[in-house]
Amino acid sequence: MEILIKTEGDICIVTVQEARIDAAVALEFKEAVRQLTVDAPPDVVLDLTAVTFIDSSGLGAIVATMKHLAPDRRLILAGLTPPVDKVFRLTRMDSVFKMFMTLEDALSAELN
Amino acid sequence: MPHPKKLPEFEVSITSSTRAVRDALKQVLIRLEPLVLDPEETSTVELILAEALNNIVEHAYPVADTSGPIYIRCDQKTDGLHFRIRDNGRAMPDGQVPVGRIQPCDLETSDLPEGGFGWFLIEDLAKDTRYSRNGQENQLDLRIAVAYGQTG
Repeated sequence: MEILIKTEGDICIVTVQEARIDAAVALEFKEAVRQLTVDAPPDVVLDLTAVTFIDSSGLGAIVATMKHLAPDRRLILAGLTPPVDKVFRLTRMDSVFKMFMTLEDALSAELN
Repeated sequence: MPHPKKLPEFEVSITSSTRAVRDALKQVLIRLEPLVLDPEETSTVELILAEALNNIVEHAYPVADTSGPIYIRCDQKTDGLHFRIRDNGRAMPDGQVPVGRIQPCDLETSDLPEGGFGWFLIEDLAKDTRYSRNGQENQLDLRIAVAYGQTG
């Protein structure tokens, strides 16, 4: 699972370089992000710009990640492509996450 | 607006696994290309089928060494794409499709659901969902309201 991590001050950017977060890789995704964010600062931005498909397993893995990071750290989502955004909207999980259209939007909101 | 010719009925089959589900989805979408679905319709088809197929992988063939075939048949009719998905795994509990309920979202973070979204998505996006068991075979029928075929 290709995931990059970069920390800039109080923000950690976790960039998913896979096209799919689905049943085939949901567990791997959860574990990879968990390991990468062990020492993460309070704000973790999950950059999903490269992700063009998630299913309910992928959604569950992202929710589990948020729960794991809480309460000391919060998970912010950025770069949701239309199919990914649709899954969050249909399940009403878009009300649970702070979401930004692009990584740039997320960073400028969080840095200010 | 040009009407594509009716797509001939087709069937895709895989041996149950989450990786094979990816293959099945790819194969189905390739077979649907002549219909020229828009990206929203394509993602709807892919999501519904992913949920239905992953459910079979997880629940019908739950243990690695009980893997088996999954058949996905698609028939374009005047009211959309009719899918019939069959497997030889365990029967659905209660002999019917689970009720897909959305969990309330005014929950504490620690109480947020991590699962149970799959059937909700199928029920929300597909029509006429029906499960039946015939002998040792599970059959899931559903209709996706895209690509309405011509009459006659």
